[in-house]
Amino acid sequence: MLLATLVPLQAVAFALVALGAPVVVLTRDPLRQALVNGIYGVSLVCLFVVLEAPDPALSMLAVSGIGYPLVILAAVARVRGHERSKDEEKR
Amino acid sequence: MSRRVRLLLLGPALLGLGSLFAWAIAGLPAFGDYRGPYGFVLNRLVVPLRHTTNVVMGVNFDVRGIDTMGEEFILYASVVGVTLLLRDETRSRQVERRTRRFRSDTVRLVGVGMVGAGLLIGLWLMAFGYVSPGGGFQGGVVAAGAIVLLYLVGNHRDYRPFRSERVLDPLEAVGTGGYVVVGLAALVSGAAFLTNLFGLGTPGLLRSGGSIPVLNWASAIAVTVAMLLLFAEFLETYVVPLEPEDADS
Amino acid sequence: MSYLPYAVAAWICLVGIAGIATSKNLIHLAICLTVTQSSSYVLLLSVGYVRHGKAPIFLGTKLGTTAVDPVVQALTLTDIVVSVAVIALILALALDAHRLSGTVDPDHIVDISG
Repeated sequence: MLLATLVPLQAVAFALVALGAPVVVLTRDPLRQALVNGIYGVSLVCLFVVLEAPDPALSMLAVSGIGYPLVILAAVARVRGHERSKDEEKR
Repeated sequence: MSRRVRLLLLGPALLGLGSLFAWAIAGLPAFGDYRGPYGFVLNRLVVPLRHTTNVVMGVNFDVRGIDTMGEEFILYASVVGVTLLLRDETRSRQVERRTRRFRSDTVRLVGVGMVGAGLLIGLWLMAFGYVSPGGGFQGGVVAAGAIVLLYLVGNHRDYRPFRSERVLDPLEAVGTGGYVVVGLAALVSGAAFLTNLFGLGTPGLLRSGGSIPVLNWASAIAVTVAMLLLFAEFLETYVVPLEPEDADS
Repeated sequence: MSYLPYAVAAWICLVGIAGIATSKNLIHLAICLTVTQSSSYVLLLSVGYVRHGKAPIFLGTKLGTTAVDPVVQALTLTDIVVSVAVIALILALALDAHRLSGTVDPDHIVDISG
């Protein structure tokens, strides 16, 4: 069995991704979690580039920078808007 | 089931799943020890056969074109689902009056530059998708992001044309249906569904790949409009209070 | 060492599932689902990696140089973009549940009639 098949650069990229995933899950507030998810997406992009995959890296870059924050922040804003309007109705 | 029972069950369940993963991983070849012949065959054959230098795009739109068609239908079905859940005809009339203009000039200046640059980058990714890394999917998301940036840095009225459902809905259908139509055109001419029909050009130039550019642009339109539709459906600004300055703008 | 990539993928999947199970907010649940989906991308790209292989783009490179597997990259890149729309659908369901029951806590959405 070959031991050192991982270049140190790849090992670091994998370690960053493995560290980033629990951080995203442990952030409880959805607004903050959207930002942390963006950073986790950038670490995934680094991993995909190191694994010689430029097309998935471009996809992940566009999606984690534009796609996910778009829908998550819009959903959070709508939930807060509902709650605020309900508070105003009660008063 | 109550939360406590669920949390009690979670530990053993994760342990079981983890041991199944460990057993599966032990049977995989070592990292970098790729054995399967399909990858090597494709890397040697796609460029001479289809004249696209981006083998991944060749696989996406030619060798396994029907899988991409399935993915586009997943996209289409999700957008239809979001539209059915969130589109509310009665409330949309209130939205028009409540606009709020961003006051900072730096934001508007930088934003204008970013919108133009983002749109150009998105179009470049779409156009050269089958020559260098890129493609309809990536370029579509970037271009849609640049257009949505208009909403952030510009007036609500600048963004409104990209929000009208009368334009976006048919465009989404054109993107998804165009893919199927190109495949059906091959069927009509006697070959199998989604056969590469048009003339192959020179690899490395824009005119290459046969029907791959057509399918690429169809999926680019579908993805761009899907992202725009998603944001337009989620958007509801009745939470923003009406500013007195905006009342006459 | 040579099984580290697959172990990382399995770890991310388990972390994501744990996050989904212990979530108190439907939007937080959707984001944990994206973390679980990313584990499948890591696994796919690790399986397709060829030692000393280059990217499967032959613009300027000679035909015949060792390149990594293009099939898993094709699967991954369409999947990443489509997952945005699926997460949007899940968020739309969460918004609907919030509208009907008044809360985004999955444990407290008890009685939705109609």
